[in-house]
Amino acid sequence: MSINPELAGRIYPAQDPYMVGREKIREFAAAVKATHRAHYDLDAAAELGHRDLLAPPTFAIIVAQQADAQLIADPASGIDFSRVVHADQRFTHHRPIVAGDELVAELHVDTVRPMGGGAMITTRSEISTVAGELVATTVSSLLVRGEDQ
Amino acid sequence: MIDFDTLEKGQPIGTATIRVNRADLVRYAGASGDFNPIHWNERFATEVGLPGVIAHGMFTMGSAVQLVSDWAGNPGAVIDYQTRFTKPVPVADPAGSNPSDFEGTAIEISGTIGALDAEARTARVDLTVSVEGTKVLVKAQAVVQL
Repeated sequence: MSINPELAGRIYPAQDPYMVGREKIREFAAAVKATHRAHYDLDAAAELGHRDLLAPPTFAIIVAQQADAQLIADPASGIDFSRVVHADQRFTHHRPIVAGDELVAELHVDTVRPMGGGAMITTRSEISTVAGELVATTVSSLLVRGEDQ
Repeated sequence: MIDFDTLEKGQPIGTATIRVNRADLVRYAGASGDFNPIHWNERFATEVGLPGVIAHGMFTMGSAVQLVSDWAGNPGAVIDYQTRFTKPVPVADPAGSNPSDFEGTAIEISGTIGALDAEARTARVDLTVSVEGTKVLVKAQAVVQL
């Protein structure tokens, strides 16, 4: 099955909010071997002006990959997850993510470029709070390898 | 705290080594929700044409930025961070080793100031991230608000 070129321009609306928890921040920080105290200790976070535990710079990938999963699971996309390779990633933080944030992501399929028998798909997640404050923009390129690659 | 006015383009910010073993990949899978089996199942990884289990690209990206967070003194100062994933990071599981305490693959990280924006008071740190001399990330750049 080939990638549907008409995916470009498609928007998947925000799903259920993602609640950023303290323990998840601690767990994620430990998993990327981030040692800064602001990820673990409320006082250390407050000293830097954050109102709760500070998420590491790539924490938003959790929310972004949940949004990408909608596209991959969409039968109309033609994407075989076992053939997906993460090609590039960008995070732009409009403000730091902290514990207590309730985040939603609107997924935009920006480009679909055929490559060999597969395609390079660039998606963008606009991540905001449930109150509508824009928090982060993430851009991911996913290479879907063709059958012969 | 970093004094923006003393920074110069090309200036090194430091180096770091991050080690990754199979237990680290299982931990990252759980923490991130990325359970792609190429990061924890040798049979599956080789069946899809990989040399073996490889690290999540996002593990490498996420751990490499620690150097920038430490330099800036505030991980929240990293306002933009991007990379391309160019080479896989193989994570071996040698016979007789304990996957939880095996020293694992060494990811070598170094950073230099790539650009300065005096108006925005931001510094772009360009990271070189390699394993056994091969660059595994390309155009790894973090913009720090100072």
